[in-house]
Amino acid sequence: MSALLNPAGGILLVPLIAACVLAFIRNYRIASWINVGAAFLTLLAALRLLLWRPSSLGSLLAVDDFNIVFLVLNAIVGFTTTVFAKGYLAHEISSGHLKPWHIRYFHPLYQILMGAMNLALLTSIAGLMWVQIEIATLITILMVGIPRTHESLEAAWKYFILGSVGISLALFGTILVYSVAQPVVGDGLAAMTFTTLVAHAAQFDPDMLNLAFVFILLGYGTKAGLFPLHAWLPDAHAEGPTPVSAILSGLLLNLGIYAILRFKMVLAANPHTMAPGPLMMMLGLASVVFAALMLYRRSDIKRFFAYSSIEHMGVIAFAFGLGGPLANFAGLLHMAMHSLAKSGIFFTVGNVMRLKGTQKMAAIRGLTSSHPLLGWTFVAAVVAIAGLPPFGLFTSEFLVVSAAMQQQPLLAGVLVLGLIISLGGLFWRLNQLAFGEPSPNAEEAHGPLWPIAVNLSLVLLLGIYIPGPVALWFQHVAKLLG
Amino acid sequence: MSFAPDVSHFLSGMILLLSFAMLYQDRLPPLLNIFIAQSLVLALSITWQAYNQNEPQLLITAAIEFGVKAVLIPFVLYTLIRRLKIHRTVETVVGIGPSMIAGMALVGLSMALILREHAAIGGTAREDLAFALSVLLLGLLMMVTRRNAVSQVIGFMAIENSLVLAATGAKGMPFVVETCVAFSALVALIVIGVFLFRIRERFDSVDVSILDHFRGEQP
Repeated sequence: MSALLNPAGGILLVPLIAACVLAFIRNYRIASWINVGAAFLTLLAALRLLLWRPSSLGSLLAVDDFNIVFLVLNAIVGFTTTVFAKGYLAHEISSGHLKPWHIRYFHPLYQILMGAMNLALLTSIAGLMWVQIEIATLITILMVGIPRTHESLEAAWKYFILGSVGISLALFGTILVYSVAQPVVGDGLAAMTFTTLVAHAAQFDPDMLNLAFVFILLGYGTKAGLFPLHAWLPDAHAEGPTPVSAILSGLLLNLGIYAILRFKMVLAANPHTMAPGPLMMMLGLASVVFAALMLYRRSDIKRFFAYSSIEHMGVIAFAFGLGGPLANFAGLLHMAMHSLAKSGIFFTVGNVMRLKGTQKMAAIRGLTSSHPLLGWTFVAAVVAIAGLPPFGLFTSEFLVVSAAMQQQPLLAGVLVLGLIISLGGLFWRLNQLAFGEPSPNAEEAHGPLWPIAVNLSLVLLLGIYIPGPVALWFQHVAKLLG
Repeated sequence: MSFAPDVSHFLSGMILLLSFAMLYQDRLPPLLNIFIAQSLVLALSITWQAYNQNEPQLLITAAIEFGVKAVLIPFVLYTLIRRLKIHRTVETVVGIGPSMIAGMALVGLSMALILREHAAIGGTAREDLAFALSVLLLGLLMMVTRRNAVSQVIGFMAIENSLVLAATGAKGMPFVVETCVAFSALVALIVIGVFLFRIRERFDSVDVSILDHFRGEQP
């Protein structure tokens, strides 16, 4: 019972109970509603955790300023995705793209995925975090394979091979961290707890810690889709069901970055280790430039936005690699803004695909004239993801660039170049997709747009005005990250 | 030099040797046999660590390792190989010479990285980590040089063996991790099984290169 009374119990138990219940529900309509309800309860639990933060959660869990941001973000995007998924799945089944047995286990898997991601964020034990990220990976592999087409199987297999290699490297890194901590801190859980690791990091063997971080960066970097470890990402995004693309881009990529940052804090606490910054900046810049160039050759709309996710992960890795309060602040803000905006994009894209009956961009034209509401929502979402004002991504990208100008003017130039190239790619495509003579529709009606509106209005709100407490809080976390 | 570290190093060395043996096998049944042998030696090594570190719960890990990786998964894979009639197929692997040389270079790299004089790592963990890193890199090498889905899976499981070796060599590593690694092997099997059967269903082959024809990028 103590788990129920635990203030953090809600965000872990609600998904778990919901998954158990959903496993027995055959009717996908009822399952969709339960899924939405459970995600809403999880959101409430996360908000409660935000407002009344418990001082102690036992030895396995901890809420601090860093993870609470992501817990709340997870809950918001998780909730709006369930609402989108409800309409999406109902339509896919009524149109015959999917059979009810295809999505028999979609809803329980979704809840387990949410629970695993929440626990990965909430735990203070490096090993437990790894286990949860592994579970989240396995579940998303299964979800990408749901349509059971040649393409989705290829995507899932590729994701499986690259994802498991990545996750193995991350585990090896975690074991290395334990091995350097164990002689100093002692056996058992203590040498796996992040707070203890940070406190004693100065006495760890610096060379081994460096080696461990390289494994962590490559391992979790694969999960975050950083170039050159990104190969699974576009396929998985394009071939899986659209709600899964939204979760992958919006939440799972962030989790990879989050894990890297946890270990970066350990590394930063030891004065004799290498600076992790240059490595992260290099991976980040390479991702930005590579993804920006790749945007021009894409013909598939989901793949197009998947490359945009690689670009944004690159910006985030660059920001944290740069370090310092301003860049870290910008990185955190960018993570939050990107996950809201990108999941919003995928909801919109899902609706567009429903109208046009295809994901080939050549067959999608003139959205704003045929469906003004959806068309202009799409325009707004692309403007947001391109990092233009008045949306929040502008603020964060601007801060990243100005921090880079102060510290590394040359690299800032490369970053700006990458951002401009990707802006060009996005607007070139946006022009074809949203304006001009409309292409024929496969269907007239699209699904509800309010989940998109929720996500985008949060991005807009934080773009126009960041409330004092929120700014203070981000700044505090930015200092923690060093 | 005491007796205890020698035994654990001997077993780790055996595991590494078997990894080399896997590199040049070009037919699936012998490859699987060597994998079984590796898992058996690993189970022995964990049992030795349990005795040596006086951590009886490691015996559970050893039992899981033995049951899953030396019995259950090989059995399923044998069945699969027979059913798919690929037990006679000769796989084109990169020549024995080049893969051996690449393997030795990788082992040299991991030794150079981990076996340094001043590295502060307790107990036998240092040498075990060096062996584990070698096995991990050899597993990666195997995964990139193979095109058959079954041998890629075996390569992946060799990587998992290396992780278990590293985790059990680290003294007093929390139990959570050990069971979960073994457990994840089981989960991975489910995933893999599902995939392999579907791949067979769809393509009448387990050659992963065939998958590459279905690139979503082509207009």
